[in-house]
Amino acid sequence: MSAGAPSSPWVSAWRRLVRHRATVAAILFVVFLVALCVCGPWFSSYGQNDQDLNLKATSPSPAHWFGTDPLGRDLATRILYGGRISLLVGILATAVASVIGVIYGMIAGLAGKRTDSALMRFVDVLYAFPFITFVIILVVVFGREFWLIFVAIGAVEWLTMARVVRGQVLALKNLEFVTAARAYGAGFWHILFRHMLPNVLGIVIIYASLTVPGVMLLEAMLSFLGLGIQPPDASWGVLIREGADNLAVYPWMLIGPGLFFSATLLALNIIGDALRDALDPKSIQD
Amino acid sequence: MIRFLLSRTVQGIFVVLGVLCITFLLLRLAPGGPFQSERAVEPHIRARQEAHYGYDKPWFIQLARHIAGFATFNFPPSPKLKGMGVEEVIAQGFPISTAIAIPALLIALLIGVPLGTIAALRPNQLEDRGAMLLATLFICTPSMVLGPLLGMLFGLRLRWFNASGWYSADDWVLPAMTLGIIYSAYIARLTRGGLRETLAQDFIRTARAKGASLASVVFRHALKLACLPVLNYLGPTTAGLLTGSIVVETVFQIPGLGQHFVGAAVNRNYELAMACAAFYALLIVGFNLLVDLIQAILNPRIGFRS
Repeated sequence: MSAGAPSSPWVSAWRRLVRHRATVAAILFVVFLVALCVCGPWFSSYGQNDQDLNLKATSPSPAHWFGTDPLGRDLATRILYGGRISLLVGILATAVASVIGVIYGMIAGLAGKRTDSALMRFVDVLYAFPFITFVIILVVVFGREFWLIFVAIGAVEWLTMARVVRGQVLALKNLEFVTAARAYGAGFWHILFRHMLPNVLGIVIIYASLTVPGVMLLEAMLSFLGLGIQPPDASWGVLIREGADNLAVYPWMLIGPGLFFSATLLALNIIGDALRDALDPKSIQD
Repeated sequence: MIRFLLSRTVQGIFVVLGVLCITFLLLRLAPGGPFQSERAVEPHIRARQEAHYGYDKPWFIQLARHIAGFATFNFPPSPKLKGMGVEEVIAQGFPISTAIAIPALLIALLIGVPLGTIAALRPNQLEDRGAMLLATLFICTPSMVLGPLLGMLFGLRLRWFNASGWYSADDWVLPAMTLGIIYSAYIARLTRGGLRETLAQDFIRTARAKGASLASVVFRHALKLACLPVLNYLGPTTAGLLTGSIVVETVFQIPGLGQHFVGAAVNRNYELAMACAAFYALLIVGFNLLVDLIQAILNPRIGFRS
């Protein structure tokens, strides 16, 4: 880091972030993957549900890079369409979980006393609740619409975020700048949004980035169990299910989607770990 | 310590009660009912059926009756389980889930702890990078990919085990391997973090200065404290494993407990869904209490706080 030059904490965090080659590679991979999933289907010569029953299941070939499934659908195209949905669910469900968790945690931490213990007891109860039952009931209530699945997943994934944010607010709320704000008459919500929110943002980014792969796993699991995205629509969970069912005969049907899914989870985990090292001053610097 | 145990038990009872209430209310808010998939019958017969199971009463009376039933082990009958109580369903699935969960935990510990220890002793060197890369790879291979691959390799190709089903005495091996490999990754990361933090503390330096060898410091002093994060993680994980992993049970066609968590909610089997949720909550509360007790014994500085 260049000494002397004044830099905001965000700029120096960015510099720490891009110091490792693995992190840069992971960021580039995710950017490339998002671009591929968003734009790729426009350039594909096949639709996601175009069937070619003469073809049936064929192994990877120059015409079909990842092979075709028993209905003769091009797997590469389906992986890209599935990626759109899996990534979208990952981002939106994380956003839902973060918004609920941050507001809940900030209110609990700042209000303190009875409100705090009541709110956090409720979180304790939900922690002891089998989340799969929760998600299934929510999916049943909302119907199996793909755009509502992220609400269901977001509604169960906010607990850790709420605990982390509350802890951070507890540490912040007795500092001088909050006392000063109180002294000039700032109200509860003013302190919450103008003074607490900017200060918990770092830790929120860390946990949100670690939530994305978790949420994508949850979506894949739901779709794998037939409770998430419904065929013929594709998500990586749906494709992995179809691949697992046909693994003994058509192994490429699992290998293609599985590789994309695992590589994405790997990249997202590397980025999350790197963000924690870059943004959290307490973590061990090497 | 008696006070600690008492207050935690009371807390735990409230948590289980809360879980029962939430499950009941959520199931009631969901559209449909236990009779929706049955043959259509005359309205007065349906009314008799509903009255038999108490569904004609207001919801809060039903809830109170259910809670009283669970509290006195006098479990409510379910229209979805003819001639069978919810406790029998759980008693059937639980030993099967346990037979997979315990070896899975042992595999996870046997891989995870050594991997994490090696990584922590050589920070930022080849051993550390390699061990953590392996752990991250394990985390990124979800059970729905790893399970079928293991089943394919050891079941269909090598024919060492059955690829699916619950018939032979060794059918636990593949599911336990799938779960153990995935959980070992989390344990390796937690062991590494805990051990690195412990090794940086003063009492370790003192022990080293007094001439204790690295091995004796690691095994006699450090690992005891370093395993606290692992222990914290093991509490809820054990409860989750004992109630069955739904994905692994689906992949290997195992009649464990996990399937009921999905099936009961989908089929509107209110009584079984509540029983499963309560059983899970009970295990979570129990194992968290156990973890806190072991923690207090391992690290007197933590002590018994409620």
